[in-house]
Amino acid sequence: MFLEAVDVFEKKDSKRKAMIDFLSQPVGLTHYLIVGAVMFVAGLVCMATKRNALGVLMGIELVLNGANLNFVAFGSGFLIRNPAYQLGLDGQIISLFVIVLAAAEAAIALAIVLNFYNNHSTVDVDRADELKG
Amino acid sequence: MGASGRGAGYVATGAILGGFVLSLAAMICWIDAHGVTAGHHSDAADSGHAVLVPPEASETEASKTLETRLVSSAPIVRPVAAADGEHAESHDGGHGAHSQGAHTTTTKVAYFDDWYTLVGLGNLKITIGYYIDALTVVMFCMITLIATCIHFYAMGYMHEELEDVTDHEVTLSNGEHLHRKGRYYRFFQYMSLFCFSMLGIVIAGNIAMTFIFWELVGICSYFLIGFYIERKSASTAANKAFIVNRVGDVGMIIGLMALWGSLGTFSFGGEKNGAGEIVKPGLFEQVRPEEEGYQLQTPEGMEKRAKVMGAEDPAYTGHLLLVVAGLGIFCGCVGKSAQFPLHVWLPDAMEGPTPVSALVHSATMVAAGVFLVGRFYPMFTPEVLLIIAIIGCITLFMAATIAITATDIKRVLAYSTLSQLGYMMFALGVGGWVAGMLHLITHAFFKSLLFMCSGSVIHAVHTNEMPQMGGLRRKMPITAYTMLIGCLAIIGAGVPTIVGLSGYYSKDAILAQALHFGKNNAAWNVMFYVAAGGAAITAFYMFRLWFMTFVGSPREQHRYDHAHESPRVMWMPLAVLAFFAIFIAMPADIENFTNPAASPLVQMLEQGRPDGTGVDFSGQLAAVMMPNEHGSHDEEIHLTAGMIAFGTALSGLLLACCMYWWRLINPAEVRSMFAPIYRFLLNKWWFDELYDKIFIRPTLWFGRCAAGFDRGCIDWLIDHLAVVTRWFTSGFDRWIDQTFVDGLANWIARKTYRVGLWLRKVQTGRLRQYVVFILVGTVAMYLLATFGLTK
Repeated sequence: MFLEAVDVFEKKDSKRKAMIDFLSQPVGLTHYLIVGAVMFVAGLVCMATKRNALGVLMGIELVLNGANLNFVAFGSGFLIRNPAYQLGLDGQIISLFVIVLAAAEAAIALAIVLNFYNNHSTVDVDRADELKG
Repeated sequence: MGASGRGAGYVATGAILGGFVLSLAAMICWIDAHGVTAGHHSDAADSGHAVLVPPEASETEASKTLETRLVSSAPIVRPVAAADGEHAESHDGGHGAHSQGAHTTTTKVAYFDDWYTLVGLGNLKITIGYYIDALTVVMFCMITLIATCIHFYAMGYMHEELEDVTDHEVTLSNGEHLHRKGRYYRFFQYMSLFCFSMLGIVIAGNIAMTFIFWELVGICSYFLIGFYIERKSASTAANKAFIVNRVGDVGMIIGLMALWGSLGTFSFGGEKNGAGEIVKPGLFEQVRPEEEGYQLQTPEGMEKRAKVMGAEDPAYTGHLLLVVAGLGIFCGCVGKSAQFPLHVWLPDAMEGPTPVSALVHSATMVAAGVFLVGRFYPMFTPEVLLIIAIIGCITLFMAATIAITATDIKRVLAYSTLSQLGYMMFALGVGGWVAGMLHLITHAFFKSLLFMCSGSVIHAVHTNEMPQMGGLRRKMPITAYTMLIGCLAIIGAGVPTIVGLSGYYSKDAILAQALHFGKNNAAWNVMFYVAAGGAAITAFYMFRLWFMTFVGSPREQHRYDHAHESPRVMWMPLAVLAFFAIFIAMPADIENFTNPAASPLVQMLEQGRPDGTGVDFSGQLAAVMMPNEHGSHDEEIHLTAGMIAFGTALSGLLLACCMYWWRLINPAEVRSMFAPIYRFLLNKWWFDELYDKIFIRPTLWFGRCAAGFDRGCIDWLIDHLAVVTRWFTSGFDRWIDQTFVDGLANWIARKTYRVGLWLRKVQTGRLRQYVVFILVGTVAMYLLATFGLTK
């Protein structure tokens, strides 16, 4: 499918037609995965670029939720009909775990950030390099 | 340790008692099988003829045999034709008792075989074997009986050792007396080993085995003399005994080498194969072959050896070899039996406990030397026998004179032992085999008795010095009268020609043989007078001892007051030994009661007489003629000797009575009158000083020189070598260490540090950078999974 899309871009004539094909399809697994991937990448970029610690935490949330979306998609009985390939309830439970994990992690991280701010009067992560090797 | 230590005493005493019972059983078996009388001295009965001819054989036959033998084998021993007629007559008259069993067999009964081979190297076989003849049986009974008495006695005498002991003769550096644990068990352990070794010598089937047990006896005496090892005098005496014995043993080893090198065997009787046949004739058979009528001749092996050595006259050199072998063995006996000039150790051996002295001086140790001379008797040439006689004669006289001045009760007895051993050696040397062995046995009984009596006295008054005793007869009668019996036995008391104590028979036999020898060898006649004079001196010093100890008024009142009779376990053995000291050599035959040769003991010994020694024979090198012993039983000789012995003993006894009992002569005046002689005797002929001058000091001087050389040259060299080596090794070692070992370790450390430094560059501490690493890593893994691993 990806290669086809490349063909679409290279052959300008069929490009529009393929795009229309893709968009006109009913919402399926692929769409979920694309959205998940976009969220994951957005989260990563956010983590890599933000100097504000809170921004980094937000990036983390995005990464986790992108992954969650994948789990949910793979666990869905509607999106994957063949029972042999679907995660089923496992996927939903894992995503629940991830949510709980994210909450706990956020709590600790926010505590660290608060303490960091108390000590350094800033939340710039580039200033937090005291543990370098 | 307490009373539990008594177990050792019971075990040892039980063992030796069992030994005695078994020995007695063996003797009964022996008498049952072979009778008491000698079966084989037909050679003696018609003395003079060296060749064994049956009595029925005609005169011509005899002389022919004699001639052929003289011509054919050129014997080194010339049979001496004595006055046949007279001899034979007196013989038949005087010796009815032991010519009864005569003529039945010509060979002495002896059983021998090997039990176990210790070493087998080519022809050299050192075995543990046995050689049992009548002498062995008699010796076994004597040794075990006396040792049993001494063990019982020692159980009483050594009781102090059961508890912790405070030795008042040892003062430690802090001024206190030594306090140590009791050694009761150790004492009995040594005693048992001692008896075992002595019995080993007696039963030994070859001279090498004798030597092994010989050394065992030596080491046991060392242990026992040095029993109170903390006392300087005791440890010195033990060393002295051991070292002096080594001197003698060197000679013995030379003798062993001479025998082995030429005869190729150590066995007395012969080496047997599995079937019991003799495959190699023993020493006795080689020196005195049966076909030659057991006459001494240079064995073929020695002549061969002489040829191999390149001698011009093999017969002469071979004979010399035999002399060397005999002298070598005798040298060992000189050491062990404390003969002149190796006698110095015996008096010092008094440092041991008294039961040890009794054992050493009677049944074991010193008896071993005399026994070996007796056992080895067939191998001695007349020249060697003459030397034995001279040595014995010197010893008996010298020791007797020293005993006169000694004041230590045990030392008097020690010198008397020396003197009596001299008598034994002297008797053997002048050809009196039975006389010597008889004296060995009778002396063992009365000397152990005397020693144990003296031990009893010492036990009571706690001193060895006779000048502090006196009058003890009233306090300890049993000891006093058993000791009187011992004294009478040792001086040979008896009614001449009728009856006497055991010493009477043996001493008469010795003097008779000495007189007989002197008649045949005028040059050596003086030895008889010396021996007779020695008998007088013996009587004097023995009764001097007895009178000083038991008679008169007490010289030290408090010692007298504390004196008491010994416990029963101590005096019972005295009574047993006193009984034997009286009766052991007495004839058992009532009809023949006045004939000393009728005594069962003498007859048993006669049975054990080595083959071929019952005849006259003369030497090749020295002009000496060994008269046969039966000649001394001749009425005239025996009577003369007996009377002289009686007279001398009586004179000595009377002199002692005059000086120490009736006090007619004041000993102090005599002492001052003969002051130089007194000093000479008191200093024991200055032998210790002499040896100190000629042996000990040069040795010490040489030792100091050697030590100086050691320190000055060898140590210097070694030290400097060590310095150089240390200098070299320290430099070299440092270089190796620093270059290689340290270098490797440092190199590894440096590299690790570098890698660490390099790796830490990644650890920037920047969070965002880490996120990028995660990203890059994830992408890399994705690409790897997609393109790298699918192929």
